[in-house]
Amino acid sequence: MKLVIIDYGAGNIQSIKFAFKRLGVDAELTDDIETIQRADKVIFPGVGEASSAMEKLWDSGLHDLIPQLKQPVLGICLGMQLMCKSSEEGRTEGLGIFDIDVIRFSNVVKVPHIGWNKIERLSSPLFNGLIDDFIYMVHSYYAPMCKETVASSTYDVRYSAGLQKKNFYGLQFHPEKSGKYGAKILENFLTI
Amino acid sequence: MLTKRIIPCLDIKDGRTVKGVNFIDLRDAGDPVELAQRYADEGADELVFLDISATEQRRKTLADMVYKVAEKLNVPFTVGGGISSIEDVDVLLKNGADKVSVNSSAVKNPKLINDLVAKFGSQCIVVAIDAKQIEGHWKVHLVGGKVPTTLDLFEWAKEVEARGAGEILFTSMDHDGTKDGFANKALARLSKELSIPVIASGGAGAVSHFTDTFKLGRADAALAASVFHFKEIEIMDLKHELKAEGIPMRI
Repeated sequence: MKLVIIDYGAGNIQSIKFAFKRLGVDAELTDDIETIQRADKVIFPGVGEASSAMEKLWDSGLHDLIPQLKQPVLGICLGMQLMCKSSEEGRTEGLGIFDIDVIRFSNVVKVPHIGWNKIERLSSPLFNGLIDDFIYMVHSYYAPMCKETVASSTYDVRYSAGLQKKNFYGLQFHPEKSGKYGAKILENFLTI
Repeated sequence: MLTKRIIPCLDIKDGRTVKGVNFIDLRDAGDPVELAQRYADEGADELVFLDISATEQRRKTLADMVYKVAEKLNVPFTVGGGISSIEDVDVLLKNGADKVSVNSSAVKNPKLINDLVAKFGSQCIVVAIDAKQIEGHWKVHLVGGKVPTTLDLFEWAKEVEARGAGEILFTSMDHDGTKDGFANKALARLSKELSIPVIASGGAGAVSHFTDTFKLGRADAALAASVFHFKEIEIMDLKHELKAEGIPMRI
């Protein structure tokens, strides 16, 4: 099993590497296009600001590569948001894999949405053997409900906590920081 | 529904936990990794490590500890204490910390908050504020509450938010160590005036203090040290009692 984490300077990669190490898999951090193409599974991480992250993808040519990948690809947090059509954060265009625009929470609630919230309405192989439970969220922007939603959560509104389209998977929360439940989701990704 | 968070705080000196810890079956009560994992298993929603080392090697020792904690721990953790530059934060995040907290350095140089947020994102920048009342006014204090400033707590908190911080960790020096409850009036005002989450700290001594800080203080999270270290309150018991009081909890 060759697992790679796409390296585009998107912070806190270490905890994702450690989470897979706890599952017995060494993930390679790389920005090399051929290495990414040859991998069995690809993790597309991300924390930080959307438009500057998109710029880094443009600069490195990764914006062309990612939507064309054929193996399972998992976007986490900002990674998932960048796989959408656009983001209100920095008014940036996304990779356009998921057909939805990412928007900001309203000021009715505290932003960022930080802490443990429940995910529900699970419908993806990522959640095999799992029922609704708590996961760790940290974000100010979200993907609304859409036809590619495979898990939802509620804060201000009901929104997409998970997205899937063919071989592309996206999670708004941090499975690497969501206890044993999150570890099971990552384990499921490895066996897809 | 978003749940309220319970956060044990561990004081760290030279890579080891400082305060006496009353876990009889720990192999090594001074080992932050083992203690952190124990708290996570018992239901802690997050952890905070506060470094109080004063040695020259402190940066490297702390980074090594963060790496070891991140390797094992599967819940989020924040690292604070003596952080004063972009380089300090970069090293801690690269070693696996989820968030960092800045305190005195932000008061001395408020632009540091903007710089950190621009580089790392607001989600990982917590600003810790220590304050106590002087003649009825909440004033920000530095160096663990020892040095008073002229800054007003509420004005400083609003500035911190405007500069992009993701969360505020407010410690009342009037309540810290008293075990007499949190500073709920000040917390409620912070919560009302700010739109970012507020973590309550200082004064935890009983389960009812947590109930009050979530209900009256409208805190988003509550932090405590000794009540957890000395097993005066078990985290899971606390969470069950809070849930029974109608406070959303992850159990």
